[in-house]
Amino acid sequence: MSAGDYIRIENITKRFGSFHAVDNADFGIKQGEFFSLLGPSGCGKTTLLRMIAGFEFPTEGEIYIDGQPVTGVPANKRPTNMVFQSYAIFPHLDVYDNVAYGLRKLRLDKAELDRRVKEALAMIRMDGFETRKADQMSGGQRQRVALARALVNRPKVLLLDEPLGALDKKLREQMQFELRSLQQNVGITFIFVTHDQEEALSLSDRIAVMQKGKVMQIATPRELYESPTTREVADFIGTINLLNGTVKSKDDKVAVVEAQGLGLVNVPLPADHAFAPAGAEILVGARPEKLDVVRGAPHPGEKGIKGDIGACAYLGDRNHYQVTIAGRAEPLQVATEQGDRSTLASFMPGEQVTISWGDNSLVLLPRT
Amino acid sequence: MTQPLKKVGERGIGITIFAFAYLFFLYAPMLVLPFFSFADQTIFRFPIEGFSTRWYEELGERPEMITALWNSIQVGLIASILATIMGLLAAKAITRYAMPGKGVAMGLISLPLFIPEVLLGLALLIILNLASIPLSLVTIAMGHVMLCTPFAMSVLIARMDGFDKSLEEASMDLGESGWMTFWRVTFPLIAPAIVSSLLLTFIVSFDEFLLAFFLQGDQITLPLYIWGQLRFPSNFPPVLALGTCILLVSIVLVVFAEWLRQVGAQGDTPNVGVR
Repeated sequence: MSAGDYIRIENITKRFGSFHAVDNADFGIKQGEFFSLLGPSGCGKTTLLRMIAGFEFPTEGEIYIDGQPVTGVPANKRPTNMVFQSYAIFPHLDVYDNVAYGLRKLRLDKAELDRRVKEALAMIRMDGFETRKADQMSGGQRQRVALARALVNRPKVLLLDEPLGALDKKLREQMQFELRSLQQNVGITFIFVTHDQEEALSLSDRIAVMQKGKVMQIATPRELYESPTTREVADFIGTINLLNGTVKSKDDKVAVVEAQGLGLVNVPLPADHAFAPAGAEILVGARPEKLDVVRGAPHPGEKGIKGDIGACAYLGDRNHYQVTIAGRAEPLQVATEQGDRSTLASFMPGEQVTISWGDNSLVLLPRT
Repeated sequence: MTQPLKKVGERGIGITIFAFAYLFFLYAPMLVLPFFSFADQTIFRFPIEGFSTRWYEELGERPEMITALWNSIQVGLIASILATIMGLLAAKAITRYAMPGKGVAMGLISLPLFIPEVLLGLALLIILNLASIPLSLVTIAMGHVMLCTPFAMSVLIARMDGFDKSLEEASMDLGESGWMTFWRVTFPLIAPAIVSSLLLTFIVSFDEFLLAFFLQGDQITLPLYIWGQLRFPSNFPPVLALGTCILLVSIVLVVFAEWLRQVGAQGDTPNVGVR
């Protein structure tokens, strides 16, 4: 935690009876950051968001927003606004009155109120929809109104609770881009809750991965994907082959590891490698697309091992193979990029091939 | 997969006859009232001697009947308004707060529906006597509040459970207090159910006899008046005419209340929508 944090979550624990919904979360969020809380359902991400909003109150710990302690402050007195999973558009009010809802109690003069509502509607390209009601709009339109209704109050933090979950895939992808550019335009700090890792990766500046109430890792999308620090994070973000291994020796950059099925391999050391002294039981991780399948010798400068193609799947932009290797019951997942159309049916099931990998394809992880 | 529903005829003719007979015995007695209210005679007997609207014309000439009607309306208004307020408070507590003993509280509020009214009336009468509270229309109204609150509560709980609770959270999140959230969001959304509850509890109070019988002072409600007139056959036909009017108004009110309840339940879903 650093002094530059705009929002500080300090040792936050929330218990419901003996159940730890959130277990000692402790981190900071910077001003203007697009920060995601990512995890499977029931991991505590929504509870944490609701504590920042003021709908739930922590059992232990403190929350600060812009230097002010807000831990016991109710939702209506916090400088935060929320976009709800159901959007919660007031069904008895039209779009204009929905957006104006939070401004009414500021007792602005009529022209100023009108200007700010119109501005907010223009921002989300919903001008002209002022008199529509919730049941006369599509899911995507309702979601935009929910965004405008929150942002028009100029909150210090915008909280988003799985706002794209109810949309179909195409619309969701479009809204992701809009959300990202909206955030960059208004410069407001966004805290975004999702269980969709692709969504989190494509939107966020940083992501906190949560599991069973605990924050497992906080990092940029690239760091999370390329350098996960735990087995859970590696497994949750994307697909990864995890192989048991034993550290044979290490210098300050690379560990030499005896990995199940691969033999002796060099693995670059992560920043924190105290878990991996010589002799330690560890895991070696390899993303499917970091491996390659070739006939004969491995790529120059890379290592290789023989294997047999099991199942293969054509996925349009890439091929997915399951390759069985000696000394490992579970086949390795390998994804290869699709070349030009002459290489369409490159490998057939049953074919003997070589899996090729470079040292930087592998990542070192603690066993537990 | 659900099986397609069987046509009535396939179940045999017996059940069909039973159904129609049931409906006939249920509703035919009620038609006796309008029927004899138009008969030109004071005794209930066939064949009728002729058609007449004179009992309806005589309604205006019975001041004590009109007074009893007005008393019933007053009692009904007080009872329905108080019962709806109490039912609303109970519904809010039960649907919005986590609290121990929720089921017990609901059961206790509903209890007057299940206690024989004779016992309830007797118990209330004893308590009022012990407390030296004089019997009047007010005591009748208070007894009716007890009876009406469970009806109000169940109508309002159904409505408050029916709408997305994040609407109220959204209002709080946009800076409104709990009280203003109630007025700006909750109240407009449950308004149809409140009207429905007012109508329903008014009718429950309006035709209630036993509690009113025990708790009456020197002023009486309409059911008590009608009961009293049974001794004087010549006074009876105008009562039938009034009863017919009340029957009509009751049916209209009940249909209206039910319609409101259904209209209120629509428009709950679009917020939890997809696409």
